[in-house]
Amino acid sequence: MDLLEYQGKMLFARHGVPVPSGRPARSVDEAVAAAEEIGYPCAVKAQVQIGGRGKLGGIKIAADAQQAREHAGAILGMDIRGLTVYELWIEGASQIASEYYASVVFDRGAKAPLVMLSTRGGMDIEAVAEEDPDAIAMLHVDPLLGFQAFHGRRLAFEAGVDADVVRPVGEMLAKLYEVFISEEATLVEVNPLIITPEREVRALDAKVTLDNNSLFRHPENAELRDLSAEDPQERMAHDRGLTYVKLDGNIGILGNGAGLVMSTLDVVKGAGGEPANFLDAGGGSKADAIVSAVEVILSDPKVEAVLFNIFGGITRCDEVARGLIEAFELVKPQVPFVVRLDGTNDKQGRAILAQANLPGVYTEATMDAAAAKVVELAG
Amino acid sequence: MSILVDQSTRLVTTGITGSEGTFHTLRNRDYGTQVVAGVTPGKGGQNVDGIPVFNTIAEAVDKQGANTAMIFVPPRFAADSILEAEEAGIELIIAITEGIPAHDELRAFQIISKNGRARLIGPNCPGVLSPGKANVGIIPAAFFKQGNVGVVSRSGTLTYQVGNELAQQGFGNSSIVGIGGDPVPGTDFIDVLTLFEADPETELIVMCGEIGGDAEERAADFIAAHVTKPVVAYIAGFTAPPGKQMGHAGAIVSGSHGTAAAKAAALEAKGVDVGRTPTEVAQLAMSKLGTPAN
Ligand SMILES: Nc1ncnc2c1ncn2[C@@H]1O[C@H](COP(=O)(O)OP(=O)(O)OP(=O)(O)O)[C@@H](O)[C@H]1O
Ligand SMILES: [Mg+2]
Repeated sequence: MDLLEYQGKMLFARHGVPVPSGRPARSVDEAVAAAEEIGYPCAVKAQVQIGGRGKLGGIKIAADAQQAREHAGAILGMDIRGLTVYELWIEGASQIASEYYASVVFDRGAKAPLVMLSTRGGMDIEAVAEEDPDAIAMLHVDPLLGFQAFHGRRLAFEAGVDADVVRPVGEMLAKLYEVFISEEATLVEVNPLIITPEREVRALDAKVTLDNNSLFRHPENAELRDLSAEDPQERMAHDRGLTYVKLDGNIGILGNGAGLVMSTLDVVKGAGGEPANFLDAGGGSKADAIVSAVEVILSDPKVEAVLFNIFGGITRCDEVARGLIEAFELVKPQVPFVVRLDGTNDKQGRAILAQANLPGVYTEATMDAAAAKVVELAG
Repeated sequence: MSILVDQSTRLVTTGITGSEGTFHTLRNRDYGTQVVAGVTPGKGGQNVDGIPVFNTIAEAVDKQGANTAMIFVPPRFAADSILEAEEAGIELIIAITEGIPAHDELRAFQIISKNGRARLIGPNCPGVLSPGKANVGIIPAAFFKQGNVGVVSRSGTLTYQVGNELAQQGFGNSSIVGIGGDPVPGTDFIDVLTLFEADPETELIVMCGEIGGDAEERAADFIAAHVTKPVVAYIAGFTAPPGKQMGHAGAIVSGSHGTAAAKAAALEAKGVDVGRTPTEVAQLAMSKLGTPAN
């Protein structure tokens, strides 16, 4: 789960990471009221779950109430790389002597947390990574040992931070690691980590990704959803425990397992079709999950035909067949379905479907044939 | 030969009394896997269709000589079960459970690799099948027969799909290994490529990846340097919409954006053929090995 900047900063504050104080706002008036409370100059910041807001005009400094009103009006409703801005974060503007970059991330390759620090933070860190990778100091942490004070100092020296802030920057890294571990994050990134003219260290940005699988241990974090960024169909799918991503085409797709569903999209596209969605019904899909999945797929009015591509391992094809029959009773689909069932209990599943003789349901034996058929039916 | 599981496998299932645990353990046994025990704390002394149930994994090792564990317990208890298996001296731990917290996985992996006694496959994986010998996990074994193609995959269902395309062309498999798609897989492509390279029965390796991470890119480098057998790859997700990138850290670490195109390019640059569909993978296999004898 990706957090908005201000949600990340609230987590930071809980662990003693210094952040500017601020207020969220959902309208121009709320933004001006927040700015009045915080004082000027203040930063008006678009809250969307994507980086690069600054470069695209989503972050502005206001010197007075009138500017706060102007900036809030311009940024609210703005489109930033496909995401609409529904929320702002107003915070005191900081004076900046240096902009550093710091992060803690799950390094899948090394199978350990990786802490990174660079003195060349700010809005072009990707370019730095590409052109001058040595400018980013990196350290893998043994999670059984944890991040020690000397690790922080080592990174600070290696990155070449100003001598007078080696210790506080090291301490900042230790706190970010503490956020990473205790909130069970998979990413904690601060860009920029600033040094003020008074030589204070502060996190000016926060990008935090939490592990969905551990939210049961963090009920307060589980509430931090960004509902405005979710497509209503995606939310419906999420509430029913399905993984659904809306796409632009007219062929509804359901499969079990992300890999097979992605492969199905590739094959349907290869056959000349346009998928309307990605829907992974997950391992062990039971009949009621299939009913929900059909409802979610058909809630998209563009769908003209549906492909079920199931290769059962933990999923049992007879369960899928029963779910489809139930779904037809409840939803009464008006579009054709192509169904391919292979794997665990596939014979039973196909027999159940043959006996039910549902209207507009075609069965195919292979993925290629099923894709060709659904493309033909979708027209 | 084959890798990881075979006739010498003596399996204990943790979470055997759950409905999924029971269903798949019995299927594994029907296939011919030696299932010697189950573990559910508090249910020691019972049995599941004749399979003795113990309270601890240590007992299953002591009394039944279990050497392989299949983890079927719910996500929040799974890391504990993995570590219990490791401490009991189990050599091969195959974790089927999906949805284990990432930090639990990380800790379990670190402890296992530090102690160096056990190998972990998964979590969130379909298991390992050595056709004609043993099946540990949820792979629908009826589709596969013994042969010379080794398969390794990040995605469960995609494994079955690709394996099935190979079977339709007449190919059999030495072993099929699902390594799982979690952030910290216990065993990765490189580990399994190493095992297949050393396995005399395996003559061709099929590797199935998907978008995200950089495991395929790292495997490409490894293949170029250390694998002499032909490798055919498949990557799912060519048409997946570009995922939104949150921070910059992911790209800085991997130097790649994890797209299917980037992965295919990395593999092809090292001389690995990449099929664009599962069917094409089987065709590429045929062009490398010729039409299978039967
Ligand atoms: N409170 C503030 N006071 C002064 N300047 C600020 C403040 N917040 C942000 N800025 C300036 O705006 C720039 C961009 O802001 P920020 O890093 O929060 O967003 P971003 O552009 O989305 O980040 P990224 O490029 O890392 O994805 C910062 O590098 C900083 O120079
Ligand atoms: Mg930033």
